[in-house]
Amino acid sequence: MSATFPGRRMHSRRFYRVQRRFGEAAAMLFGLVLLVWSITPIYNMWMIALDSHDAIFSGTVWPDSPTLESFRVVITEDFWYLENFWHQFGNSFIVGLSVTFLTLLIGSLASFTVGRLRLRHGWLLTNAALMTYVIPASFLAIPIYRIMQIYGLQNQLSSVILALTTFATPYAIFIFSQYGKSIPMELDESARIDGANPLQIYVRIYLPLMAPALVAVGTYALLLAWNEYLYNFLLLSTPQSMTVAVALAQFLNSDESPWNYMMATAIIYALPPIILYYGFRRYMAAGLTMGGVKG
Amino acid sequence: MSATQQALAVGRATAAHRPRRSTWFGGLHGADYAWAIAFALPYIAIFFAFVLYPICYGVYLGSDPALYRDLFADPRYLTAVVNTLLYVGIGVNVKMFLAFLLSGFFMRKSWWTKSLLVVFILPWATPALPAYISIHWFLNGQWGMLNNVLYLLFGIDGPVYLNDRWLGLAGNIGAYIWKTLPFWTIILLAGRMAVPTELYEAAEVDGATGLRRFAHITVPMMASLYLVCTLLDMVFALGDFNATFFVSGGGPAMSTEVLATLGIRYAFTVALPRLGVAAVMSALPLLIPLVIMLMRRLRMSEGQL
Repeated sequence: MSATFPGRRMHSRRFYRVQRRFGEAAAMLFGLVLLVWSITPIYNMWMIALDSHDAIFSGTVWPDSPTLESFRVVITEDFWYLENFWHQFGNSFIVGLSVTFLTLLIGSLASFTVGRLRLRHGWLLTNAALMTYVIPASFLAIPIYRIMQIYGLQNQLSSVILALTTFATPYAIFIFSQYGKSIPMELDESARIDGANPLQIYVRIYLPLMAPALVAVGTYALLLAWNEYLYNFLLLSTPQSMTVAVALAQFLNSDESPWNYMMATAIIYALPPIILYYGFRRYMAAGLTMGGVKG
Repeated sequence: MSATQQALAVGRATAAHRPRRSTWFGGLHGADYAWAIAFALPYIAIFFAFVLYPICYGVYLGSDPALYRDLFADPRYLTAVVNTLLYVGIGVNVKMFLAFLLSGFFMRKSWWTKSLLVVFILPWATPALPAYISIHWFLNGQWGMLNNVLYLLFGIDGPVYLNDRWLGLAGNIGAYIWKTLPFWTIILLAGRMAVPTELYEAAEVDGATGLRRFAHITVPMMASLYLVCTLLDMVFALGDFNATFFVSGGGPAMSTEVLATLGIRYAFTVALPRLGVAAVMSALPLLIPLVIMLMRRLRMSEGQL
């Protein structure tokens, strides 16, 4: 690169070509290190899952006889830890979808009120959301656990749904307020003159125009709910109410756990969010620049 | 994705203030006011029921001074404080610096860096629980993959990582860095891409090269974003439960616990919820300044709301 700048000591063209080649080779070497760093734990997961149970302790880097047996066991619920696997998988989906829906609904309503209707003292609401966002969720776990008992919600999916919605909504409000600034107020005003009430403006104008932000925040909420562990673990303890995350961690309770079954469960549990993430990467990337474009 | 937008918005918080204007021609009246209240109610209800009430309840649980005497008398607590400081200090700063350098690396426009970026995001896309369990297993001293590889390549027997406080803590921090590095790299990459190319072109005309362009354009343009990202991740790291709980499990003998896991351990393993709340509350002197700084920074970007 530096070859194009005057004012540096002149070298022959050949020198620069060699230098550039060397730079590219060094970058590739660095890229290789980065690749190994990124995939090693993932590879490790697959290796254990593909191993047969007795062979795990043999200390190899690649299983001698790779087998999909452990995936079969998980899918057919053929082990006593996994008796309710698909039921728990369904629980995870219910929690994820409910949190997504509630986060989008509550977040968009709140940001509509603050940003479009300009409710007096609306800034209080925005600040409350911002404060919630910067308080670590794990710090509130103990009181929320007790409070869910007071509300009588222990071992019900609704307790986790409500808790996680609480932690996902502030982000939604923040993004929606940022993104909402790009929608011209004139639209609301003309709808207003035509006799629309706020609910109609919210449904017919605000929501359709917010679609990209809704997709970005929805993906965020779904991933947050699916991946969360601590609240799932504290609030759900019966096999019927558990989500996959809790069931997965149960394997750790025993020293003689079949690690290959555990890793197969882990991989199946990890697939939906990974697919979702890569599928919606473009939207997430759009969400990424959203705030920036608004300024 | 959580911090992206805020961070980016803050990075460019210089937008001119538009004059405030009311939509409904001079404030809300009658039915409209009722609508506005009705729309705000769900969030207000959630905030009171699941944020404000737990905070007050937590403060009530942890209000007894005797708890803090017990806490400071417990050597495991003091260990956890040191661990937390190391975890946040090293885990966040090393990672943010790496992310800053890596964001420069991913600015290269060759096909293979673009493909590498797709793989590089994988740790972030993978849920924390499977990833950390895998790392826990990877570090196992007897049959973990790391020691297998060390034996195959160099013929040496690696240490039993999770039986040692410092190696265990390093494992937790490394796992946290592994998991979150891609996210912050992408944020900083977006920040770098948002630096106007005119600046670089102008510097080029003036004869500034590599290192000087970096020092006089990239660094000042990125400083604000870098600071917000660091503060935000400090809060996240302070509250991070998963890495410690699943990689080292807090062991050996609770010597790698951080405050977030110790609080839960007190409350649910030893059944001392008040002590657990007190352990968490003792992080407030660190948390509150962070929260105040962050709220100021993040609110700047909402100035024209």
